[in-house]
Amino acid sequence: MTAAAEGTPAFGMTRARRNALLQSESVQGFALISPTFVYALILLVLPILVVLAHSFWTQHYLDIDHTFTLENYRIALTEPIYRDLLWRSLYISLTVSFFTVILAYPIAYFISFHGGRHKSLWLFLITIPFWTSYLLRVMSWKVILGYNGVLNSGLMGLGIIDEPSTALLYNSSAVIITLTHAWAAFAILPIFVSLEKVDRTLVEAATDLGDGPLRSFLRVTLPLSAPGVISAALIVMIPTVGDYVTPKLVGGKDGVMIANAIQAQFGKASNWPLGAALSVTTMLVVSLMAGATVLIIRALQRLAR
Amino acid sequence: MTAMRRLFAGGWLTAYAFLYIVFLYLPVIFLPIFSINTAPTPKFPLTGYTLKWYEDLPKTPALLDAAWNSLIVGVSASVLATLLGILAARSITRYRYPGRRTINGLIMAPLVLPEIILAISMLLVMLQLGLSLSLFTVVLGHVLICIPYSMTVLTAGFEGFDRSLEEASADLGESAFGTFRRVTLPMVAPAIISSLLVCFTISLDEFVIAFFLTGTETTLPIYIWGQLRFAAKLPGVLALGTLLLVASFVLMTVAEVLRRRAARRTQNEGGLYA
Amino acid sequence: MPEPTQAERPQSDRPQTDRAMIEIRSVTRSYGAFKALDDATLTIREGEFFSLLGPSGCGKTTLLRMIAGFDNPTSGSISVGGQSMEGIPANRRPTNMVFQSYAIFPHLNVEQNVAYGLKRLKLGVTEEKRRVEEALAQVSLTGLGKRLATELSGGQRQRVALARALVMRPKVLLLDEPLSALDKKLREQMQVELRRLQQAVGITFVLVTHDQYEALAMSDRIAVMFGGKIAQVASPKEIYQRPVNRQVADFLGGMNFVKAEIVEENAASLVVDTLGFGRVRTDKPKAFVRNGGGATLGIRPERLRVLWDNATAKFEVAGKVVERHYFGEITHLIVEIPGLEKPLSVTETNDFGADDIPVGTPIRLAYDPEALVAMAD
Repeated sequence: MTAAAEGTPAFGMTRARRNALLQSESVQGFALISPTFVYALILLVLPILVVLAHSFWTQHYLDIDHTFTLENYRIALTEPIYRDLLWRSLYISLTVSFFTVILAYPIAYFISFHGGRHKSLWLFLITIPFWTSYLLRVMSWKVILGYNGVLNSGLMGLGIIDEPSTALLYNSSAVIITLTHAWAAFAILPIFVSLEKVDRTLVEAATDLGDGPLRSFLRVTLPLSAPGVISAALIVMIPTVGDYVTPKLVGGKDGVMIANAIQAQFGKASNWPLGAALSVTTMLVVSLMAGATVLIIRALQRLAR
Repeated sequence: MTAMRRLFAGGWLTAYAFLYIVFLYLPVIFLPIFSINTAPTPKFPLTGYTLKWYEDLPKTPALLDAAWNSLIVGVSASVLATLLGILAARSITRYRYPGRRTINGLIMAPLVLPEIILAISMLLVMLQLGLSLSLFTVVLGHVLICIPYSMTVLTAGFEGFDRSLEEASADLGESAFGTFRRVTLPMVAPAIISSLLVCFTISLDEFVIAFFLTGTETTLPIYIWGQLRFAAKLPGVLALGTLLLVASFVLMTVAEVLRRRAARRTQNEGGLYA
Repeated sequence: MPEPTQAERPQSDRPQTDRAMIEIRSVTRSYGAFKALDDATLTIREGEFFSLLGPSGCGKTTLLRMIAGFDNPTSGSISVGGQSMEGIPANRRPTNMVFQSYAIFPHLNVEQNVAYGLKRLKLGVTEEKRRVEEALAQVSLTGLGKRLATELSGGQRQRVALARALVMRPKVLLLDEPLSALDKKLREQMQVELRRLQQAVGITFVLVTHDQYEALAMSDRIAVMFGGKIAQVASPKEIYQRPVNRQVADFLGGMNFVKAEIVEENAASLVVDTLGFGRVRTDKPKAFVRNGGGATLGIRPERLRVLWDNATAKFEVAGKVVERHYFGEITHLIVEIPGLEKPLSVTETNDFGADDIPVGTPIRLAYDPEALVAMAD
């Protein structure tokens, strides 16, 4: 209901007062949120605009040439090194979001449908590792997968391998494993929330109409939880594409991602405009990929009917 | 009977759930395990029990500086983010106005943006504005990424809040400020404390934004990052990491307990209709 | 023909004054094009138990909230105790409210809840305690002062909400569907208690409800509302027996409607022709506005009586039982009357064997012409 008051003309005074009151509801709400809003404008929107602007400029040693150019985007999209990094980042984030969602769904389903009285305890148990430092969690995978690490020494101790394997650490797989672990909780929560919203009597109705447990799951529960699956996929995919710590610690040469290249432009290489263009390109490409994912999941959801 | 059947139906799921928990916790568990191992490299078999890596920690001035910096940043960021979160959460849950969803989406956006993008874009603006990089700029960055979490905790706390409680207070003669002090604040206090703890934990553990936005001062994650280059320093890092893990764990548990207490309060009000 | 005094007789035995406590003048509340309340005018008297009755969305709660000060009229005015409420916020009005959800402060115990509004009056510890005790005694909660709100049953919460409002000694107590969250038995018990309490304290009560039995059982007067408009304001008996239109008649329980042709109309009475009941002379309702040559006659199912064996009555209609529904102490009979397009519904107590009448039995029904009420089409 909008606040547009259509008062009767005969009551000028009261109508004016009423308008003021209606207005003040909006004004109060807006006034209350404005400090936070302004903060987000200054530290989120303005910075992104500045990045966007930089991406069309050129670095000349210490100065920046403010003439409009698309050169940075040409470099970002055609130079093999950046193109490869971008593809790898997309591949890794897509794989990671696929695995986190596939692994998380049964857990979310278990907690929602079989969690009983302990639902919130299960949720707490699953989210708690997520609240520990991301850096430390990545570090622990380095400890596990390293040449002298837990897995190698453990496997050798059990006599399964004779010498440490170098295949475990410093490659894309190590990055994928680490990220899948790190983002697990982020995928479980949205799926859990959407499963909680599934009306249990709908499942009973499907059973009543002759569906077995698997069919009622595929035809009722799964399609109804699709929004949760979508947000889980996006909430993992978008941030992981720009992950910096994991490739740096466990990725090695083969696991470098676009974020490391972006950082380099702001650090050693000192080419801000190129770094900005790489950032913008990454965001655009991952948005496209996210959009495609949404369309694919929706299409699958329709097939299930 | 029902419990039995439920357990049976969820049998393979239960097994999977326990495996999943192991997958979640196992990597994290190795940090404390190797932090009390005598050998400097983290590998099996374990060589012996020692606390020396912990005893060395307080003897490292750089570490103590980093810890102090982390504390300052964490406290400032959590207080600021919670204040801004309270305003926004109250506005979102209490008022209806055009643009409300858009503004909410914007405030929540840092949750789903790659940290590197947030970090470099804030870095660019801060340099453009002529701010010199310091702990202050780190605080600014941390506040931005903490607000979404603060909002989530607080809106949950504010939403269950039965609006008729405030009306009842006004009806009994209390002014708007008095109502806030005597009804609203006591009701949402657990959510506020919970938000402070969550934000502090995030700030304490955050690396990428701090790494980009700090000047010469280091926070604990930056200190750890620096130490990772030296293999010999690893046990010390493991010990420090373990302490951080414990701190996060304790803070989040307290936050969760408070959050549930807040939820129970508001649920009881709503429970009447059940 | 009923004498008008019968319908006007107040239900309560406590003397009431005729002084107005709440005056609502042409109050409209609109949200955009939608009018939640449309030009409502109403006077509520000092010391009376007044009910706003209607289906959900009829504007009754909107009106109550405007009296309390939680909402403001788009146009029109409200005064309480002779004082205009315009611009006076809820916390400075001489009204107190029992909320539908009770709105018991969950972080305070029973005593602290009741004392909530007193704290601002700075009465001193002893006086405050005395008033809290007194209020708790009024609602039979003595001894439960230290209980937390979360430890109370639904009925107890309701009593706390009552005590918390009464302790303020308001001029008007507003009750927003206070019994809707309670189960049937407790609800009926609370109806009696609320009525008793109102008589004891003598404060004007304004009750919002969608339950017609609740309104009939408790009120001195009732305003029936539909679609933001006040349809009828009268005593429970008059509302029930002399509804102004079919909508009001229907809302207050079962009513048989019979098509009628107006034969004669004057200031006080109507003469109509019907197919089933023949020519009937009846009171003309105050709000009767003739709409063509037709009207509707109504009669409540319990005002039709089965004539057993050879018994006769001065006024009777003959028909045939087509359906029978058993309800324990009563039986509903559906009786087809030749010439009537719809069969009549009859409520008969079971002491004479109405529950055993076979379907298809020819039957005669007695009625009192005074029970026939005319309504505009």
